[in-house]
Amino acid sequence: MLQLFQHLGHQTLSSFRKLGRGSYFLVNTLRGFPNILIRPRLLVNQMYSVGVLSFLIITISGLFVGMVLSLQGYYTLSDFGAEASLGVMVATALVRELGPVVTALLFAGRAGSALTAEVGLMKATEQLSGMEMMAVDPIQRIIAPRYLAGIISMPILAILFSSIGVLGGHLVGVGMLNVDDGAYWAQMQSKLDFRDDIINGMIKSLVFGCVVTWIALFEGYDAIPTSEGVSRATTRTVVNSAFAILGLDFILTAMMFGD
Amino acid sequence: MENSHNVSHNLVSVHNLSFYHGQRKIFDNISMNFERGKITAIMGPSGTGKTTLLKLIGGQLVPSNGKVIVDGQNVQQLTRTQLYELRKKMGMLFQSGALLTDLNVYDNVAFPLREHTHLPESMIRTLVLMKLQAIGLRGARNLMPNELSGGMARRVALARAIALDPLMIMYDEPFTGQDPISLGVLLHLIKALNTTLGLTSIIVSHDVHETSAIADYIYVISDGKVVDQGTPQDIKHSDSDWVQQFMNGDADGPVHFHYPAPDYVDDLLSYSTH
Ligand SMILES: Nc1ncnc2c1ncn2[C@@H]1O[C@H](COP(=O)(O)OP(=O)(O)OP(=O)(O)O)[C@@H](O)[C@H]1O
Ligand SMILES: [Mg+2]
Repeated sequence: MLQLFQHLGHQTLSSFRKLGRGSYFLVNTLRGFPNILIRPRLLVNQMYSVGVLSFLIITISGLFVGMVLSLQGYYTLSDFGAEASLGVMVATALVRELGPVVTALLFAGRAGSALTAEVGLMKATEQLSGMEMMAVDPIQRIIAPRYLAGIISMPILAILFSSIGVLGGHLVGVGMLNVDDGAYWAQMQSKLDFRDDIINGMIKSLVFGCVVTWIALFEGYDAIPTSEGVSRATTRTVVNSAFAILGLDFILTAMMFGD
Repeated sequence: MENSHNVSHNLVSVHNLSFYHGQRKIFDNISMNFERGKITAIMGPSGTGKTTLLKLIGGQLVPSNGKVIVDGQNVQQLTRTQLYELRKKMGMLFQSGALLTDLNVYDNVAFPLREHTHLPESMIRTLVLMKLQAIGLRGARNLMPNELSGGMARRVALARAIALDPLMIMYDEPFTGQDPISLGVLLHLIKALNTTLGLTSIIVSHDVHETSAIADYIYVISDGKVVDQGTPQDIKHSDSDWVQQFMNGDADGPVHFHYPAPDYVDDLLSYSTH
């Protein structure tokens, strides 16, 4: 029993310590942002590897999620003769929830894990130490551009996901299930609110972008510099990001839509 | 052991330094001086903390006690900016090379120049090619680090370390993995950098003979202490059995090759009883 408490206490302490290190790391990273303005190339390169390389998985997933939503939505709505609302249903679900959340989960798996592994291996092969000895701050040179790239990419990817999803829904709803084409778009246009739905969805994915990229970079930077350490850190990135995304989604949803 | 070198002659000095890795004591109240313009070697068994010492000098690790003075400045009391300023004057050759794996050989050597100077690309090219020529890898400029052998990578790292023409350079095991020819070139290069540019050099190495050939002064460390110091001649004729064994590479003597362990035969026979 005593051992259990000891263990719990130890775990709690080390979690807090890690949170402290993480916050310090975050502050230093943010301080590196002004430097990116001088070196926009660094950001562009990272936008490519963090953002652009995630396009394919986001597009395909968005398409299928939209198609499934449309199919399931149709079965329910048609019981009430409300097939005309299919468009607005698909769009609302995507823009408010599935777009930001699923994009963030996919992003954590695709880009987040890659960032952790990359930074962790740079640490393990002494590249970060080497930079420090060359008087180049690795946080400014390596971490800051990746962080900014992650923050910018996430909302863009979420928009892409939702847009493709709406098209996928259209493909199934209008193409296969004969929902009226005009109704699909018209209801969507009139019912979907720019501020309530679209802006709130964007805010969500911005928050997810900040958190997921932070977790990924910090896990890499804080990893034990061995192959095993890096592999564990990569796993932690995916798991912790998923928890953070789902937990934050609940909180944000309650704040935004729960009036 | 304090020695009688004049303080202002020392580019780097370490005063009463102690350092722990976790619970483990790596240095126990150690003092050393590294004279300006000289080649000073640090020798000692694997795992005694030679790399750790270089990191302490570079300000990457903080000592638990004592201080490190580099070029008149106390490394531990510098602000971040001052420390980074100081590091521009220090080159360090990492044991592993530590090349940036996403840049080719040319860009790796150009990296510190691009980060710290505003030289035009044509000038950078000239400087990079000069450094690469010196280490014999001008022809390898387009290779990526994963296409280099360990010895080549370390030579590229050397070219990178001298790119900014530092005041001093710390070599961590520069000779490991070099064939006899590159070794000769490397020894010559280190000596030439030292004599022509007046570079202060600190060499960490196990290669007793090569290092003795070019070093002006040698520290032998073990178990967190300086066990002997002096010119290569002094060390060679040291009256310490320990140093004699180390310099001659004898398996028998005061140093045990084995990590402390139970009796060998008992250990082999103890399987059945666990
Ligand atoms: N991060 C660390 N945490 C705990 N102990 C460490 C750490 N880094 C090094 N050590 C320990 O410190 C000691 C000194 O390590 P160091 O790398 O300085 O040795 P070295 O003299 O350079 O050895 P070698 O000649 O093999 O390179 C080693 O015994 C090692 O076990
Ligand atoms: Mg070492």
